[in-house]
Amino acid sequence: MKRTTIDIWVGAFVAAGFAGLLFLALKVGNLASFSTAQAYHVEAKFANIGGLKIRAPIKSAGVVVGRVSDVRFDNESYEAVVTFNIDAHYSFPRDTSAKILTSGLLGEQYVGLEAGGAAEMLKNGDRLRLTQSAVVLENLISQFLYNKAAEGKDGKDAK
Amino acid sequence: MAERGLRSGLAQMLERLGHTASSKIWRLGFAARFFVYILLHSGTAFRRFQLTVREVYFAGVLSLIIILVSGLFVGMVLGLQGYDTLQRYGSSEALGILVALSLVRELGPVVAGLLFASRAGSAITAEIGLMKATEQIAAMEMMAVDPIARVVAPRFWAGVISMPLLAALFSAMGIFGGYLVGVQLIGVDEGAFWSQMQASVDVRDDILNGVIKSVVFGIAVTWIAVFEGYDAPPTAEGVSGATTRTVVTSSLAILALDFVLTALMFTGGNGK
Repeated sequence: MKRTTIDIWVGAFVAAGFAGLLFLALKVGNLASFSTAQAYHVEAKFANIGGLKIRAPIKSAGVVVGRVSDVRFDNESYEAVVTFNIDAHYSFPRDTSAKILTSGLLGEQYVGLEAGGAAEMLKNGDRLRLTQSAVVLENLISQFLYNKAAEGKDGKDAK
Repeated sequence: MAERGLRSGLAQMLERLGHTASSKIWRLGFAARFFVYILLHSGTAFRRFQLTVREVYFAGVLSLIIILVSGLFVGMVLGLQGYDTLQRYGSSEALGILVALSLVRELGPVVAGLLFASRAGSAITAEIGLMKATEQIAAMEMMAVDPIARVVAPRFWAGVISMPLLAALFSAMGIFGGYLVGVQLIGVDEGAFWSQMQASVDVRDDILNGVIKSVVFGIAVTWIAVFEGYDAPPTAEGVSGATTRTVVTSSLAILALDFVLTALMFTGGNGK
């Protein structure tokens, strides 16, 4: 086979291979959306974060407005400190509250923001005061069982 | 008398065992030295890049058809099977995640590597083995041409270059196949298919690790292929045996390396 023909085929092969990689990176892995150039950080303390992971979405009214950028443990208050990376397009009042929610019954966990009424907006490095921890299924079940047991006892006493 | 016979029988058995073990170890050491020798003498493969390009044509371009068709079918099967299981839990929208993650992390590099070993690796072994059997390699040495630099290194680098590209094409084709079956045939929501996939496939953790895997498999397969070819006894039988060994050894090597790499990459902790 002639040299130029081989070159053309190899060139096409290499180009197709890189096109495949590009497809994986952009269309499948969504490289573009992670390069949020403009974002600000806000911290929040939670008593329990459940299964919240780094890069979990932060949603407000169901719309993704940012991602969790860091999760660490505060050894003084024994609470989890979660850092939010919120897109600079969105600004929230200072008394915004954060909740850890679950998408679906067994889905992944995300942070829900609910805007407050303050006039001042959140700035980079601010800390959210109002937080609500994740619902841990085991705690919920034990609470339910405890209540049931208490109810049963009350019922007996009444008789 | 009987005791002495038993003793000599035992000694013979031990001797045979020792001989097998030491020759295996010797061969492994030879393969390792061969690998270093290829790396040291791959200057020609890059200076006269045309040699490598020619081998990329034989190893990569000619493997395209089998890679693309298998990728498409593997993706379509994943689409069908994944949908069947996921819809029991009412989460058929997660089909995109399932197809993309299993292809990018595992099936893309592994199946492309196995196909590459049987399609291109066996050809490399047979070619080098026949060159040796017909004394072309000896003739090169007579002409003061280093056969490793001229014959082996370009084939080695061509395999290392081709393998990640083939694996990427396999994964891309597989995802397309999953899309065809999942979205076009079964009717999973198209937006959910792509957006859930994009939300959970990480460029560094999943795609880059897949690419690293395919590079490692490329090195392993072509190394085994060129070594078996170069080490083959110069007979018709020897070449056929070497070709078989290439396919068997490189398939096992891919699967074993895949386990090691997966254990290193995906259970590294940090809460993922």
